[in-house]
Amino acid sequence: MTTKPTKPSKIARTTTAIIPLPATAARAVTIAGAALTLAGTFLAWTWTSDFPGDLTVTGYPGGLQVLTLVGAVLTLLFALSGYNVRGLGWLTPGGTNSPVRLSALGVFGTTGYTIGAISYELGGLVNLEPGAWLSGGGALLAVIGALGLPADQPHDEDAGLWGKLRNALTAPEPGRAKDLSSWAEILIITAAFGIGLWVFSYGIATEYSELFIGFVVLAAFAFSAVLRAGLIKRLSALTAKHRNVTLSAAFAAAICFPFTQSNDQFALIGANILIFATVALGLNVVVGLAGLLDLGYVAFLGVGAYAAALVSGSPQSTIGVHFPFWAAVLTGVAASLVFGVLIGAPTLRLRGDYLAIVTLGFGEIFRITMNSLNGTSGPDVTNGSNGIPNIPDLELFGFNFGVPHDVLGFQLTRPGNYYLLMLLFTAIVVMVFRRSAESRIGRAWVAIREDETAATAMGINGFRLKLLAFALGAALAGLAGSVQAHVSYSVTPEQYQFAGSVPPNSAFLLAAVILGGMGTISGPLIGAALLYLIPAKLQFMADYQLLLFGIALMLLMRFRPEGLVADRRKQLEFHETGQTDVPDAATLPEGATGVAKAGA
Amino acid sequence: MTTTTNATTTKVLDVSGVTMKFGGLTAVREVDLTVNSGEIVGLIGPNGAGKTTFFNCLTGLYVPTSGTVKYKDTVLPPKPHLVTKAGIARTFQNIRLFANMTVLENVLVGRHTRTKEGLWSALLRLPGFKRAEEESRAKAMELLEFTGLAHKADHLARNLPYGEQRKLEIARALASEPGLLLLDEPTAGMNPAETRATEELVFAIRDMGIAIVVIEHDIRFIMNLCDRVAVLVQGEKIVEGPAEVVQRDERVIAAYLGEPYEDTTAAGSAAPSPEAPRADGEDQDGAGPGKENDR
Repeated sequence: MTTKPTKPSKIARTTTAIIPLPATAARAVTIAGAALTLAGTFLAWTWTSDFPGDLTVTGYPGGLQVLTLVGAVLTLLFALSGYNVRGLGWLTPGGTNSPVRLSALGVFGTTGYTIGAISYELGGLVNLEPGAWLSGGGALLAVIGALGLPADQPHDEDAGLWGKLRNALTAPEPGRAKDLSSWAEILIITAAFGIGLWVFSYGIATEYSELFIGFVVLAAFAFSAVLRAGLIKRLSALTAKHRNVTLSAAFAAAICFPFTQSNDQFALIGANILIFATVALGLNVVVGLAGLLDLGYVAFLGVGAYAAALVSGSPQSTIGVHFPFWAAVLTGVAASLVFGVLIGAPTLRLRGDYLAIVTLGFGEIFRITMNSLNGTSGPDVTNGSNGIPNIPDLELFGFNFGVPHDVLGFQLTRPGNYYLLMLLFTAIVVMVFRRSAESRIGRAWVAIREDETAATAMGINGFRLKLLAFALGAALAGLAGSVQAHVSYSVTPEQYQFAGSVPPNSAFLLAAVILGGMGTISGPLIGAALLYLIPAKLQFMADYQLLLFGIALMLLMRFRPEGLVADRRKQLEFHETGQTDVPDAATLPEGATGVAKAGA
Repeated sequence: MTTTTNATTTKVLDVSGVTMKFGGLTAVREVDLTVNSGEIVGLIGPNGAGKTTFFNCLTGLYVPTSGTVKYKDTVLPPKPHLVTKAGIARTFQNIRLFANMTVLENVLVGRHTRTKEGLWSALLRLPGFKRAEEESRAKAMELLEFTGLAHKADHLARNLPYGEQRKLEIARALASEPGLLLLDEPTAGMNPAETRATEELVFAIRDMGIAIVVIEHDIRFIMNLCDRVAVLVQGEKIVEGPAEVVQRDERVIAAYLGEPYEDTTAAGSAAPSPEAPRADGEDQDGAGPGKENDR
């Protein structure tokens, strides 16, 4: 997995740029380019408002122009920080030039995409106004200038263009930050989550797919730029220091989200993302901690949803009882738990691939059974493929979830209400995950994942603990399912497939866990958000969705097998960097490891 | 664990007539072995003699075809985790640490049977939880001090050098507070200095009142360490006794080095068991990790 260790002495190492320019000239060109791009966004880019977002207004950037503007400002800031401008030094504690390159590339990508989209949709380059040419040219200039800046880390002199480019986008890790007073640190954390919330709600509220694509391109590059600048590292050092503050800031930001969305549809996306993310987090107990590959996990969500729907008081429910919400939730959880134990007890004697196949089978069996319990091919319990529709809205303590409410002058829509309810459940699941992971039970799960034979030899009852993980995961999915039934008004068997176009389904759940990072809390949350948002926003690609999904997974496994958010262990597992896992400060002499392989 | 080391010896382990058959192959045949408190017993034999299989029978990884294993007068259930709970801990021939857990976590996992905190306690952070967790951590750190790994508590196990991984396995086994420790080739692949250090460690463990059975190929190590040595050849115990006696025993020499050429005709009467004397010396055996009969 590792790149071959290069002996420092043998080959000469340099930091020469890809495009040979004097460093000062390159920096000036970059800044000029970024400034031009910035100026261009205030001009009209096209003559007609047929292109979504109305890019015809001079003096007022709109739609995709805003993205270019933000990117250009970011590039300018990073480039100026390279001049050691007083007050900007904090921006680049890690690399100075690679963030410039990445953000310039991001601007270039977004602007280029916009120009392409305008020309394509309106039929030709002729539809572009001077503003578009100005911004496009400026972005190109900025990229050229940025590529002329020296690399942050030396590379081998004989490296090819590709090697040079890859190296040019990397940066050294930042050193330890100065200690700030704790209120300042907390303020920084709060600000960071504020920015995060803003970016996230902007992404959800993108009204047309062009804007979303532009957003994704810019966000990806800007994030890597910020990462290379060392800011993420700094931030995570702070969050590690103030864990409770971080958690509360994260939840505060999450609570604010529905108030930023006036549109029902977007708030609903938020609620669905939370459901998806919560289930993914539940699956993370099973897959990430205990290492049990469960390919039928969505069935537990289904059991919870069906159980809650049956007792919801829906006129189509075959039971016809109306439990209060808390009882419905408990019913959902209990049903999933029982189902989990029933499936787990016989199957958990299997290991590895066999377990995956059997769970895959059970997941499908659940869906087919729900289809068959329709009164003709079986007893009438679930109305077959019609499912259970008309699930009434919840009412808790006189708060009706079905109607909009005004809270402090902000309107909270129906999906917004459910979003907040779901957020509470997400918080519970996060807490369950965190507390169980950091306990004797969690350690036993990880031990089983690492080496089951050794774990049993250490006195761990493997079967019992695996069953516990399976049952806990099932119960958490049931919890989410009982809310999902109410959010989506109806439950049908087709919602609970192995792979389908709408998440959550088993394949996407697993992908969210792997994409985000196994064994972490934030990983599945981020993974689920991405995997839900991208298909929801890019509906014109629905036909190719699974294909693209497959390609994305392959690329991920090739380039970042530990997922977007790597826990400490995975980071070390996949990228042996020659340094041992030393918490802060204490550095070991180089080459101190390497011997470790002898044992394994 | 407290066992009376000086008082009249008590039987810690009592194995009688253990036989392990895999289909037509008898890997271990009618082996008896007793281990008294405060004793270090060596188990030697050529490669493939069934030593590790015998260990696996003791620890419940294999269910013996026949025979009983008693630990302190109770018959052991054939489940590895129950055996550990009863008080027998082991290490593995090819190191089996939890590679992606930290050194401290590895030892904490070893304490699993000696702690009770369940899922509810962890989720609700019941009053006892924090205390139990801290106690475990203190005990684990104590063991890391004992084995000299305390300064590496936060390292990943996979990043330890080989010798320290062996030590960590021992620390992890000790964490379950055993009365009997089974060491499977603890010095395989070590240099002489490390072997010496391991000897010291094993003596120190014995002084804690823990009886030890050790599989080893390093004869000098066995001679220095063991009160008694049992020799397994082709699944059968052919000799048992003090190290010096065993070392000079003709059958043992024959098993390891092969029999003198002129004796082959008369060998039948002298050495009952080894049909085909084998020539693989201990040099080859020392290669250690690579064979995998830990399942």
